[in-house]
Amino acid sequence: MVWVFRGILNLSLLHNNVEKKWRLDTRRIGDDLLEVSCAGRWCLDQNLPAAEITLAGAGDDLRRLSFNTAQLSAWDTGFLAFLRGLCKLCAERGLSIDQEGLPRGVRHLLAMAAAVPEQKGVRRGNGRQSLVSQVGAATVAFFRGVPEMLHFLGEITVSFGRLLSGRARFRLSDLWWEIEEVGPRAVAIVSVISFLVGLILAYLGADQLRLVGAQIFIADLVAIGMVREVGALMTGIIIAGRTGASFAAQLGTMQVNEEIDAFKTLGISPIDFLVLPRMLALILMVPLLTLYASFVGMLAGMLVSVAIFDIGMFEYYTETLRALEIKHFLVGLAKGSVYGAMVAYAGCLRGMQCGRSAESVGEAATSAVVTGILLITITASLMTIIFYRLGI
Amino acid sequence: MAAAPHIEIRDLTMAYGEFVIQHDLNFVVNKGDIFVVMGGNGCGKTTLMRALIGLQRPARGTVFYSGEDFWNVPPEQQARLKRRLGIMFQGGALWSSLTLAENVALPLKEYTDLPARRIAGIVSFKLALVGLAGFEEFYPAELSGGMKKRAGLARAMALDPDILVIDEPSSGLDPLTARRLDDLILELRDSLGTTIVVITHELASILGIGTNSVFLDSENHTMINTGNPREAVVSGDARVRHFLTRGAA
Repeated sequence: MVWVFRGILNLSLLHNNVEKKWRLDTRRIGDDLLEVSCAGRWCLDQNLPAAEITLAGAGDDLRRLSFNTAQLSAWDTGFLAFLRGLCKLCAERGLSIDQEGLPRGVRHLLAMAAAVPEQKGVRRGNGRQSLVSQVGAATVAFFRGVPEMLHFLGEITVSFGRLLSGRARFRLSDLWWEIEEVGPRAVAIVSVISFLVGLILAYLGADQLRLVGAQIFIADLVAIGMVREVGALMTGIIIAGRTGASFAAQLGTMQVNEEIDAFKTLGISPIDFLVLPRMLALILMVPLLTLYASFVGMLAGMLVSVAIFDIGMFEYYTETLRALEIKHFLVGLAKGSVYGAMVAYAGCLRGMQCGRSAESVGEAATSAVVTGILLITITASLMTIIFYRLGI
Repeated sequence: MAAAPHIEIRDLTMAYGEFVIQHDLNFVVNKGDIFVVMGGNGCGKTTLMRALIGLQRPARGTVFYSGEDFWNVPPEQQARLKRRLGIMFQGGALWSSLTLAENVALPLKEYTDLPARRIAGIVSFKLALVGLAGFEEFYPAELSGGMKKRAGLARAMALDPDILVIDEPSSGLDPLTARRLDDLILELRDSLGTTIVVITHELASILGIGTNSVFLDSENHTMINTGNPREAVVSGDARVRHFLTRGAA
């Protein structure tokens, strides 16, 4: 019995009218041998057949396979991939293969591909997990991450202890560099956002206070709102996006380059050397940025009130002074410091947890921003409740 | 009329601003050559490779592929020429968000109409050729440096290119794996007729597989034509012999 398959891709027009297609013939010789004849062009640019087609219709009494490639005009790794598939199929069916009829180069490359056997247990399935499994895995991963977060917090606390006792090892120049990076260089973006937030607060207040003829209290709303809450919150969120992501990317890249391992092998704490300056810089600079953001927000409120709602500038100024107390500033500064610490903690944590690939650096940066904003929101709520209970 | 050389480097000068790395490079790579670009650290081997593969425009001169001026053809023609090249970067340069199978499959998906099942078979074969059978679903971050390098070679071979440009194929590999990779390079040349340009300073590879070569001299910032490295080690320029004998000659 003879089976003949012909390639469906005819490239004759492209190849000087020479017919360029594959042809596969199979012929039974004797009781147990199948001769596979491959003719024509067996290349990647052809729609080559699947290996299974070769053994289609072959009986159960088949034991051996041989090849005839006398009419083979061209081949590349497309042919090799076909043959490898056929070899696997034969192995599964317990058929022996005589490769003598194959070109020398083909035999050599097939031998090279088989020279390093597949390591046992290496191959992975790529099956998708069910939604329940994914939720379960995410939950387990979250709870496994909690001890790691606490451990990192503990390491930072110990490092601060070393700092207070004068034993922490980091370069003062790094601290100054970080201070410049997180403070003065963030002024522009903090200015823009605080101005717009102050403007929104003023409009929002004016709309409601007009109903009771108390528009002058826009000054109280904007001043207390900006100084106590919004200034710190907006600065925290800006810094989480700007600096937290940057910390995670810097430390993550250092993980990829094994720089952090190099610190550890030298007996230098990467927490002291890398995390401490970043933490200090944000704890020191975020309160100052908060204060600045509050003033910019109040300025925006004043401009809106004077220009749009016909409140006198002096009147607005006097009302602002009357509304503000020193405790409001202290609350804002305290919140700024805590938010700064949260952002630094999230950025450094995710950076230090980073994997060894470029992709994991991106994931670390994203995770730092998400964690930073989440921590800011949680601590903002807690502090608001605590200050309310304390009557501050 | 004789066929144009497979690759011709003509009056090539590579520079970073005012700093000239190499000047007046002139050499020819014939079809089926395993052409070694050798030289000490910092002599400009990788910079030359970047000019060969279109990543860095030379300060002067150009590169011809089968007579086509690579740096002075329209972008579409240059893109077509680039598809004839397979590049293996020094560290593998695998895309970290893709598995090994996806890394090798990407050129096939982009430039052929092959069905997914056939691509999977080809990818599996190419990974097996470099000794990575079964690692299809691994991500680059899960592999050693040597494995990444081999996977990089599998990706470079994905489209069966006419020309393979390989940067430091055996550095960082154990001797047996390095030998296997050298054997594979020889087999690719012998079986598929691939022209191979190897950028290396590994003596075993230079002497083991090179059929033709140039030496980039870092003192004079230009090349020395060295021919077959096995002959150069005996009768070549004194600087080349010094290099090839680790300073003994």
